Amino acid sequence: MKKYTNTGNKDTRSGFGAGLTELGKTKKNVVALCADLTGSLKMDDFKKNHPERFFQIGIAEANMIGIAAGMTIGGKIPFTGTFANFSTGRVYDQIRQSVAYSNKNVKICASHAGVTLGEDGATHQILEDIGLMKMLPGMTVINTCDYNQTKAATLAIAEFEGPVYLRFGRPKVANFTPENGKFEIGKAVNLTEGTDVTIIATGHLVWEALQAAEQLNEKGISAEVINIHTIKPLDKEAILASVKKTGCVVTAEEHNFLGGLGESVSRTLVENFPAPQEFVATKDTFGESGTPEQLMEKYGLNAEAIVKASEKVLKRK
Amino acid sequence: MPHTKELEDFVTQVRRDILRQVHKVNSGHPGGSLGCAEFFTALYQEVMDYKSDFDMNGIGEDLFFLSNGHISPVFYSVLARSGFFPVEELNTFRLINSRLQGHPTTHEGLPGIRIASGSLGQGLSVAIGAAEAKKLNKDSHIVYTLHGDGELQEGQNWEAIMYAAGNKIDNLISTVDVNGQQIDGATDQVLPMGNLKAKFEAFGWDVLEVKEGNDITKVIEGLNEAKSRTGKGKPVCILLTTVMGHGVDFMMHTHKWHGVAPNDEQLENALAQNPETLGDY
Repeated sequence: MKKYTNTGNKDTRSGFGAGLTELGKTKKNVVALCADLTGSLKMDDFKKNHPERFFQIGIAEANMIGIAAGMTIGGKIPFTGTFANFSTGRVYDQIRQSVAYSNKNVKICASHAGVTLGEDGATHQILEDIGLMKMLPGMTVINTCDYNQTKAATLAIAEFEGPVYLRFGRPKVANFTPENGKFEIGKAVNLTEGTDVTIIATGHLVWEALQAAEQLNEKGISAEVINIHTIKPLDKEAILASVKKTGCVVTAEEHNFLGGLGESVSRTLVENFPAPQEFVATKDTFGESGTPEQLMEKYGLNAEAIVKASEKVLKRK
Repeated sequence: MPHTKELEDFVTQVRRDILRQVHKVNSGHPGGSLGCAEFFTALYQEVMDYKSDFDMNGIGEDLFFLSNGHISPVFYSVLARSGFFPVEELNTFRLINSRLQGHPTTHEGLPGIRIASGSLGQGLSVAIGAAEAKKLNKDSHIVYTLHGDGELQEGQNWEAIMYAAGNKIDNLISTVDVNGQQIDGATDQVLPMGNLKAKFEAFGWDVLEVKEGNDITKVIEGLNEAKSRTGKGKPVCILLTTVMGHGVDFMMHTHKWHGVAPNDEQLENALAQNPETLGDY
């Protein structure tokens, strides 16, 4: 089984910051907007190097989304930065009308998604954002798994024409995907080959899925791990090819099981190749304060939970 | 103004277009549309510098954003009669498979529209973004907007009003259609707006009032005055007093025709008050 090495824990938001810094140098029409969270979003470098292309909006997210939509009229590629909660739920109608329905080339970049935001608690831990954003016609939805992939995705979405939601997080997590790897929007990444169960994971749960696959391997269970960084459009071919081989699937995400990656996978399966599925996700609940590790454990979002779900789904084959 | 009569004829034809559009589909918003016929005519026939070939990015030309998208009938009529699309297309207003959706949208690719509007309170933010892009592009053209007075009850406007002054967006002229009416009744009854001039000034805008918003000459004068105040470090606001339903006696001074179409008899009466000038579509 293919092994992956953690080259050192890093936060995905810093991957976004590094990508934005590079875009500052390479793409003159990229502009960045922030609603009073420049440090948290790691946008400081861009701000310092390109003050004329950095827009401090203040604590006014609705206005930020509208301004971003307007800047595309004039050929700019706006990247908005704030927490995931304030990037989606707070400004849903602004995104719906001024960005998605108007088909504006805005990149909504959202940090601190999910429970791993930690101690700030449920007011800030959005677990519904993937669902909100994937329901918008024309919206591309990406949730990256580590520093390197987040940086690569940040660069890739600048080259892509159309509205994008890019979701990442706060904590330092394993960095294991290739440095300067190519990021193909809508293309799943097969991380390990397996024959017994398919584990489809996104975001912070991808590393956990790899740990789970190793534990399952020791138990004689062969798991195929797929990194779905793009939830919409979903790489249906990759999912179906794998599940046709293994006959069952576990989906893993730091998101409510209502509206998340798991449901997108379910729909793909029932339409094409029905198979048993278990959901590693939050189960229609809010989060709470705690350390990221504590919360991942309490809400069943770690390798151990994926192992259990895999063993359960295998029995349902 | 040498061609005031021509402009007045244009306005009258626009009023006919508004009435005929909403009557045909028995839906739409005639009241605010009628009240803003002079404003749109002034913008597109006299004040704005725009290219006849529509380009979404609008570099090197003035831009206009309609924030209160429900007055689409007046917008569509003036765009069509200014050459953005065939006037006959007004026949398709609110019909299935039409580019003339109930509220303006870019989705069907209608020339002249740069943003969807309808859900209120979003247009000023978008216009500020476009104005910021113009500054980055070293494009000295102006961004115009229109908002309803009732629409200012949406909080996003005040985020945008604060931002525009704080960031010296001085290539922006935002007009508020002060007709004092909204769906549920008089604005003063629904949610009193207080002193709008003082509010905008307190936020740091340069405000001018045009009390005769249904006099084409006064509207043009007001817009030109506003234009002369751009580039001086402040966003410019025009408080344009209009009469909802203007030009049709039984529709004036009431909120009742905000979102109601006339029946056959009422249409006949209304059209008789606005005789054909440029030719009906």
